[in-house]
Amino acid sequence: MATEKTIEPLWWGLFSAGGVVAAFLVPIHIILVGFAVPLGWTTDTGALYRLWWVKLYLFVLIVLPLYHWAHRFYFTLNDTGLKAINKLLAVLCYGGAIVGTFVTAWILLKI
Amino acid sequence: MSAVRPDASKLYHRKMPATWWLTKQSYFLFMLRELSSVFVALFLVVYLCQLYQLSQGPDAYSAFTQKLSSPGWILFHLVALLFALYHSFTWFQSSAVVLQLRIGERLISRPIVTALHVGAWAIVSVVVLVLFLALKS
Amino acid sequence: MAEPTITLNVTRYRPDKDRAPTTQSYVVPYREDWVVLDALNHIKDQMDGTLSYRWSCRMGVCGSCGMMVNGTPKLTCAAFLRDYYPQEIRVEPLVNFPIIRDLVIDMTDFMDKLKSVKPWIIRKDEKPVSEGEYLQTPAELEAFHQFTQCINCMLCYAACPVYGLEPKFLGPAAIALGYRYNMDSRDQGKDQREILGNHDGIWDCTFVGECSVVCPKHVDPAAAIQRSKVDTTKNWFQSILMPWGQR
Repeated sequence: MATEKTIEPLWWGLFSAGGVVAAFLVPIHIILVGFAVPLGWTTDTGALYRLWWVKLYLFVLIVLPLYHWAHRFYFTLNDTGLKAINKLLAVLCYGGAIVGTFVTAWILLKI
Repeated sequence: MSAVRPDASKLYHRKMPATWWLTKQSYFLFMLRELSSVFVALFLVVYLCQLYQLSQGPDAYSAFTQKLSSPGWILFHLVALLFALYHSFTWFQSSAVVLQLRIGERLISRPIVTALHVGAWAIVSVVVLVLFLALKS
Repeated sequence: MAEPTITLNVTRYRPDKDRAPTTQSYVVPYREDWVVLDALNHIKDQMDGTLSYRWSCRMGVCGSCGMMVNGTPKLTCAAFLRDYYPQEIRVEPLVNFPIIRDLVIDMTDFMDKLKSVKPWIIRKDEKPVSEGEYLQTPAELEAFHQFTQCINCMLCYAACPVYGLEPKFLGPAAIALGYRYNMDSRDQGKDQREILGNHDGIWDCTFVGECSVVCPKHVDPAAAIQRSKVDTTKNWFQSILMPWGQR
């Protein structure tokens, strides 16, 4: 049986890294962005986002979980009966994460 | 001795329903775990929007932050937080299955590995919080 | 005083007569020490000799008597009536497999998949018998021992929704078996088991984890699959980022 060269390990590796980042970092950031600042528990002018290493951190925080979502959501859509259009789903999911990567970089560089 | 294969035309194939994940609690919790990734991604998109507003100036940024104080957004973030925590906890449980951590020769049990992950998560969260409070202005 | 009884609702399917499976109810004596298999044997011996099902050792080592008991894949020799009494018990053939007759399923696909992972020691350099045995430390044995415990009962395939949705998926037992040989220090055939890393190998698995929950021998196929994913991914990134280093 011929070996099908698959790049699945790439997507799974990104999914895995994104899962780790999301697991350890996303909850506290939801608390900061979604509650702490809007509800006035603390203030934030956004100045810290101009620091280059904060931008690097944010790039990792935002982009890797996008690949985590893409891989997981793609498989979930397959598992709920949409397998027939799985090529389109792959483009929407992984493509979405790739687009998100560039958009994130662009926005962070703009700040 | 040759194998006797069953008559393929008489086999009965049961179809798996598309709602298979509603038939069992463990399947339903699995689906919730998978869907948690959607809320994680949605939150990060909201965060990205806020950062975009920051690139448009301090007034745009504070206007956006004001919007986030509305009940609708608070509810969204509450739901997102619950799903994010569910992702975190199930991820730590999954990690305990894959990892084989040892003290000397002995394997550390899965519940303890999970607990160590939760401890690390708590420490990381506090570090991020302290850094934020120290660096923001 | 009337003997206590319990009702079993059992799937019937006669391929020469039936279009689709039906359910037949049997009222059997309730004994505290009986398992579902005892009830089925009572039905066959005393009530309805036409009922067909597989069984053998009746003690949880042969893997023959797997069926759905109230919707959960179980070895019927390990499912005690007292855990269900006085409710009725539904007994159905293992799901995700075609039904041949009554409670008997077609396991051809499962057998083919086991063979496809080349479940034997593969050597690059054959050692002549005169050189003696392969030596293996306790630690080397521990690395794969739990994955040798599979009794091929197929409960994991019945529990796996991915296999239910995609019959081409290799499945928990076959992957765990391949992993068992890859982790065996005597084996040198990892690159011949590339079927594990192909489509419908390990990558179809979404770690639902139900396979390990239902496994009666605590093989933990889910762990074998996830560890395979980590190993395969590490090797893949290494081969891309450091192509000069050959294993």
